Amino acid sequence: MADRGGMVERRGAGLWLTHLGLIAGVLFIFFPIWLAFVASTVTQPEIVRPPMPLLPGDQFFANYRKALVSGVNAPVALMLLNSGVMAIGIAVGKIVISLLSAFAIVYFRFPGRQIFFWLIFLTLMLPVEVRIVPTYEVVAGFGMLNSYSGLILPLIASATATFLFRQFFMTVPDELAEAARVDGARPMQFFRDILLPMSRTNIAALFVILFIYGWNQYLWPLLITTDPSMNTIVMGIKQMFPSGDDVADWPVIMATSILAMLPPVVVVIAMQRLFIRGLVESEK
Amino acid sequence: MEKRVRFKGIWLPLLLVLPQIVITAVFFFYPAGQAIWQSLFIPDPFGLSKQFVGLGNFEFLLSDRYYRASFITTAVFSTLVTVVSMGVALWLAVLADRLIKGSGTYRTLLIWPYAVAPAVAGVLWLFMFNTRVGVVTWYLGLLGYDWNHVLNGEEAMGLVVIASAWGRISYNFLFFLAGLQAIPRSVIEAAAIDGAAFWTRFRTIVFPLLSPTTFFLLVVNIVYAFFETFGVIHTITSGGPQQATTILVYKVYADGFVGQDLGSSAAQSVILLVVVSILTIVQFRYIERRVHY
Repeated sequence: MADRGGMVERRGAGLWLTHLGLIAGVLFIFFPIWLAFVASTVTQPEIVRPPMPLLPGDQFFANYRKALVSGVNAPVALMLLNSGVMAIGIAVGKIVISLLSAFAIVYFRFPGRQIFFWLIFLTLMLPVEVRIVPTYEVVAGFGMLNSYSGLILPLIASATATFLFRQFFMTVPDELAEAARVDGARPMQFFRDILLPMSRTNIAALFVILFIYGWNQYLWPLLITTDPSMNTIVMGIKQMFPSGDDVADWPVIMATSILAMLPPVVVVIAMQRLFIRGLVESEK
Repeated sequence: MEKRVRFKGIWLPLLLVLPQIVITAVFFFYPAGQAIWQSLFIPDPFGLSKQFVGLGNFEFLLSDRYYRASFITTAVFSTLVTVVSMGVALWLAVLADRLIKGSGTYRTLLIWPYAVAPAVAGVLWLFMFNTRVGVVTWYLGLLGYDWNHVLNGEEAMGLVVIASAWGRISYNFLFFLAGLQAIPRSVIEAAAIDGAAFWTRFRTIVFPLLSPTTFFLLVVNIVYAFFETFGVIHTITSGGPQQATTILVYKVYADGFVGQDLGSSAAQSVILLVVVSILTIVQFRYIERRVHY
């Protein structure tokens, strides 16, 4: 296919082929989720006698109510709450401690500043998966198993956000701090009245990324929440599968899967621009 | 880079960094140090005492057939996940980039699976390929193919690769599309006027200009496949059958928590730590220097 005339953008048959390819990609992405949704609206017998239907049934309310109210080991409504607390706790906690320490690094000169900077640089390297056993022991030693603080604190111990805010604060014009100082503003006043409002977009973008990160944690909640009432929804799904030869309650499990992906997906779609910004910046 | 204007004071900044210092020290540096320390010992079965073995745990690991197999499994797994997710994403991004109108719509339709947790993606794909109720399994059966990832190691590997790559496509798509849109239109149009066909343009202009993005994604995806796919493996195969899908991170978990072999698990953590450090250093060096320009 030589493209004369059309140069770079295709027209006619070529344009349709482009759309066709993209639609195939979209279908590939959507298909597993569509199936899960269908499975969450039909009865158990319709699933265990394959092939299952490919169009939704009429059990939507029954299945979702059953999942939310009773679940399998714990009501899914409770697991949603746990996930929400964990995700928001991680996002807010990490943003707060990072804002404070980035402010200190950029706007002050204090003993140990360089060492501190390099120490947090090191934390960029080590995912929680690598230090799970000793971290588990620390958390168990504090008696924080099956608690929100145990779910949250170890996951905010990394400096990605500090780095991000440091980069941003560096771009803030010096004149602003100068003016604030001349006006006799104390450092924390400058931080609250000028720096924070200026960082609003960055904070929001980071919140989106961290919320999704926290919500989707799997290994860590799996280790430290042995009590089903503390399970988060993402790790709780696997616990709903029976051990041995029993048949899984597929409609309820699939309803739970849909519920587990709903909050982060809504956040991504509703805040698409912030999300993309946060993603691109946090990876720089 | 340094700020010219600074505030005075020593106690205030120390107070400001204190929360981060405490949390990082307790939940990061201490555990990381413990991992290194524990890797030098073998605890007795009752956990009452431990014996110093130096690098014994490492020597044992490196001569262990299962550990070496896990290394190879990880290499195969992460290569496949990276190639599949980046390949599909690049293809879709190139298509979307060719549209004058509508690439934004496709972007919205394609990016949200980023928000689906790997563990949830695992459950979705497990459901489709379930040996008893799976829809895909059933249709494959009609075609005369007997799908059983519970018994067949290669099918298990294929399934965890697809499930891991699936959720990752949106992320890669986003970066590839941004990279493609940053390439000046005039360069490509000039080549088109010179008569270069699409494939030639892609090979000689677009792909080289895209190489910083590609390289960045390569490292990020390998890190993803190494660490964040734990949820996929745990929900779909639990490392089986016969350890066919036991990647290194899964083995740290399986040996440390299920098998209670703390010395070995700690040594494995240290090896992984070295792997991540190398990947991070590579990333920093090359991202800074840029691959192409």
